[in-house]
Amino acid sequence: MACGGLRAAACNTPALLYLPARTALRGGTNVPADSKAPLIEIEGLTKRFGAFTAVDRVSFTVARGEVLGFLGPNGAGKSTTMRMLAGFMTPTSGTARICGHDVQTDSVAARRTLGFLPEGAPTYPEMTVEAFLAFVAAIRGYGGKEAGRRIARAIELTTLAGVRLQPVETLSKGFKRRVGLAQALLHDPPVLVLDEPTDGLDPNQKHEVRALIQLMAPEKAIVISTHILEEVGAICTRAIIIARGTILADETPAELEKRHPSGKLDDVFRAITQPAPKAA
Amino acid sequence: MRNTMIVARRELGGYFATPVAVVFIVIFLALQGVLTFNLGNFFDRNQADLAPFFNFVPWVFLLLVPAITMRLWAEERRLGTIELLLTLPITQGQAVLGKFLAAWAFCAIALALTFPFVITVNFLGKPDNGVIATGYLGALLVAGAFLSIGSALSAATKNQVIAFVLAVAVCFLFAVASYPLVTDFLSKTVPTLAEVARRLSVAERFQGFTRGVISLRDLIYFASFIGFWLYLNTVIVEHRKAD
Repeated sequence: MACGGLRAAACNTPALLYLPARTALRGGTNVPADSKAPLIEIEGLTKRFGAFTAVDRVSFTVARGEVLGFLGPNGAGKSTTMRMLAGFMTPTSGTARICGHDVQTDSVAARRTLGFLPEGAPTYPEMTVEAFLAFVAAIRGYGGKEAGRRIARAIELTTLAGVRLQPVETLSKGFKRRVGLAQALLHDPPVLVLDEPTDGLDPNQKHEVRALIQLMAPEKAIVISTHILEEVGAICTRAIIIARGTILADETPAELEKRHPSGKLDDVFRAITQPAPKAA
Repeated sequence: MRNTMIVARRELGGYFATPVAVVFIVIFLALQGVLTFNLGNFFDRNQADLAPFFNFVPWVFLLLVPAITMRLWAEERRLGTIELLLTLPITQGQAVLGKFLAAWAFCAIALALTFPFVITVNFLGKPDNGVIATGYLGALLVAGAFLSIGSALSAATKNQVIAFVLAVAVCFLFAVASYPLVTDFLSKTVPTLAEVARRLSVAERFQGFTRGVISLRDLIYFASFIGFWLYLNTVIVEHRKAD
């Protein structure tokens, strides 16, 4: 219904078929030659606020099976890029496509195939977890038993069972984040865009969310933004470093590590994002 | 339409999940009661109608409707939930209409709870219940007109207080546009505008309904008035949502 054409067809293909592709990516090779079109395509995306350029001609693609880590200092343009990708913010120029649907001209179709966790995981504070997920399920077109099944699955994946009937405003930061995550996973979308999914979680919860992302990775194209560099090594198949609105690096974590003699992502990150410091 | 109703249902549930609903309804009923029975000389008039009640409805709405609409979009923007709502597979028009319908349904509930007035007047005399019915219809349309103004202005700011004050001010303009205060001033300075102001006045249009007249013109007026402000609302949401 929402999908049409070759690219869209890729969204509906069973996930297991793509397992080998992911293993290949893990090894650091490029997308296989027979590859279907990438699920996320961003071309020359630019956002200006007055004279300030928040995002400057950013282009990248993400294929099924990839987990792209989006790194950068605060104010680098990560959230702005993700907002434009989700169709929330109108780009000054450039295009973004999800499963072949342009997020501006075909936005409802694009958003059907997208699970999006906005920055800060906003949810309606007065609603209970279950009521909130029921609302999202209804908007996503699920009713009756199917909605119940999907809500139960999302609650199980994000271990929210204990707080199902609590209003969101009474929950701790970590739980709120997981409610946002549950909302994004509810319709099992082929594309996930998660803005700081592990922010505010305790170490155990972080571990669970990472495990969850890894579990889903083979069948989806996932973009996560994060400040935690160890996360990139742990779950991302590729990392983009962005600063002052420009992409400065787009490589596998292993390749990034080689950029600095110490072999640590921390050092690489500092070396790339800080404007020409005196070498230590 | 399905998505619109889902948004509306969530929004309406939101009123009743917070003290907003109770506070609004209690204050509305108390104000209407005091104004009708005391200021409106309901008993001394010795007439079996609800004219005093309907005379005050637009003024009470003028004050209370912006209190409902101020949060509609301003709060979504402050909490960031607008980013969630507008990245769900719905159009902005559906979101705008859904929220408006929820607020309108809420006003309808508040109006319906004034039924004791109808019972009272029927108990004391033999009123023309047709006139009372058209009065209620008119009151609902006035609420819709004010709600559409408030909803659009709520989308223009993150600050609920600003949304409230702006909405009261603009609603007031449209309420008093037919009053001598405005028309006298305009007919002295810009005579052509005086007629326009009179025709645009919400209070003037409401008068017909309180006399038991439902004219197609007035219905079209309210429909296009609400339509215009909701369209403006959608445009404002589109431009300001990510600021």
